[in-house]
Amino acid sequence: MVKNGVGREIPEFIEGYGKVKPYVSPFNMVPTGNKGGAKLKRPLPHKTKLIESIEEAIKATGLKDGMTISFHHHFRNGDYIVNMVVDTIARLGIKDIRIAASSLTTCHAPLIDHIKNGVITRIETSGLRDPLGTAISQGILPRPVVIRSHGGRARAIESGELKIDVAFLGVPACDEYGNANGYSGKSACGSLGYAMVDAKYADQVVLITDNLVEYPCLPASINQTQVDYVVQVEAIGDPKGIVSGAIKGTKNPREILIAENAVKAILASGYFKEGFSYQTGAAGSSLAVTSILREHMIEQNIKGSFGLGGITSQLVQLLEEGLFKGLFDTQSFDLVAAESIGRNPNHFEIDASFYANPHNAGPAVNKLDIVMLGALEVDTEFNVNVITGSDGVISQASGGHSDTAAGAKMSVILAPLIRSRIPIVVDKVTTVVTPGETVDVLVTDYGIAVNPLRTDLIENFKKANLPLYTINELQQMAEKLTGKPDPIEFTDKIVGVVEYRDGTVIDVIRQAK
Amino acid sequence: MELVKVGMSGTMESSDINIIIGPSEAGVIEIDLQSSVEKQFGRQIRKVIEDVLKKHGVTSATVKAVDKGAIDYVIKARTEAALYRAADRTDYIWEE
Repeated sequence: MVKNGVGREIPEFIEGYGKVKPYVSPFNMVPTGNKGGAKLKRPLPHKTKLIESIEEAIKATGLKDGMTISFHHHFRNGDYIVNMVVDTIARLGIKDIRIAASSLTTCHAPLIDHIKNGVITRIETSGLRDPLGTAISQGILPRPVVIRSHGGRARAIESGELKIDVAFLGVPACDEYGNANGYSGKSACGSLGYAMVDAKYADQVVLITDNLVEYPCLPASINQTQVDYVVQVEAIGDPKGIVSGAIKGTKNPREILIAENAVKAILASGYFKEGFSYQTGAAGSSLAVTSILREHMIEQNIKGSFGLGGITSQLVQLLEEGLFKGLFDTQSFDLVAAESIGRNPNHFEIDASFYANPHNAGPAVNKLDIVMLGALEVDTEFNVNVITGSDGVISQASGGHSDTAAGAKMSVILAPLIRSRIPIVVDKVTTVVTPGETVDVLVTDYGIAVNPLRTDLIENFKKANLPLYTINELQQMAEKLTGKPDPIEFTDKIVGVVEYRDGTVIDVIRQAK
Repeated sequence: MELVKVGMSGTMESSDINIIIGPSEAGVIEIDLQSSVEKQFGRQIRKVIEDVLKKHGVTSATVKAVDKGAIDYVIKARTEAALYRAADRTDYIWEE
């Protein structure tokens, strides 16, 4: 066991994972070597890449026992691709497959059976939700699941550390030679940012579409130089689960209170000025922050530089009103954003490496001023957990949390002090995903705490008379309301390894009792 | 306090607890609890319910509770309300 940079005891070797590089500090790791890459190919002229079925495509790729396949999660909970492909692999009798997905969610429950029957033995993902997350927390997977951030996954793929044999990528519009985009067709999802990385680096790429269009399908986010086979199917997803309409603003008074506190913090921070850049999620309070912030931008005549991330209809509105010069989009959160990316030249589709890979020459997060983030738990060292619930079970996702927190000048966590009796501000988080060193401000419904490392922000917030507390005060306030929770019991078995964005191990997840 | 019928209080909303108390011949307090925070607070929730019943001299009852993360004050209030209803009484002691 070694104690890593956030004080967690980590084994030096983890069975089924390998030798551990313990996390040290946010920018400690300096990579060496060159990027990996796809196999060289020799396609003969004037041959179509269309192939009859997923089964034929799997056979054509020569997929074998022990190989790694990949998927993207742009279809969110409406995805049909993962289950269709893995069902077919199982039928073909192929076993011991590693799934490297950009994320997995509730609709991927059927993977549980494929784990039990030995088809799937390894999973690498940003997130897992019930029931798959619960099953893996109970220990059904033979090797620990590897949790990576979006930037961390792109890094692992680009560096060759995560070698993908075959990428199975669902695409909402595609031609027979493998040019594809995400913003047209009945299954439109907008940006294909996560899939673009797989398309560049996987040894073989199979596109699956329900909207085969005439050649050439332009503009192409994934293009013919990367694609080996194209399969047409009835449906690649359930449009209702892929994107919602414009996400509506919250009416929840607690979320609005948190948002109002957050806006006060932004205004007082010193970063709210001409040319600022901004990222936020699609949760209730972050959406409310954007809409309140918009009023201040108009009132004070402040124009931003760029919006990043998960793009919502709100950020599209800010772009179209001229309040931001551009949007970088790895993932479109609603239909308005999905359509805008095909229409607005300054709404720019970027891949996950451009977004957040710490080991390319300049990810977008490095230019970020302010980011609004969520949390399942925050501890008195400002470490954040966004992967396991307070019951110790894997239920959420790492996402771009640690990437943006590391890149931004000011990372702000928005969270209620307690959530249905669960204290959110705690002594020690169940699992560390984002190190406290990169977390600057915690905004709750009861008050604001600033990381003691940020004396400049504390000074600015004091001048602005913000409701400041120390993080320990907030923790005590929470515990006074909820009572002291009984400690969660775990066995010694490691069911998950949480990598920091640079590939070091920041924490492990043990089997929940 | 003597239980004469089944009394219920509370809702299934987040941060609330739904409690159903009924008379029992078993001579013990049987608590059937489902809680969203069982692992962290199950022990404490059972203790609060039992303490309220004992305070009112109830030693034999069946309790069915569905908890969605209520804090102790809420559990205490809901248990007392269900108990008074089960005892068919309204002589609440508001100040204590």
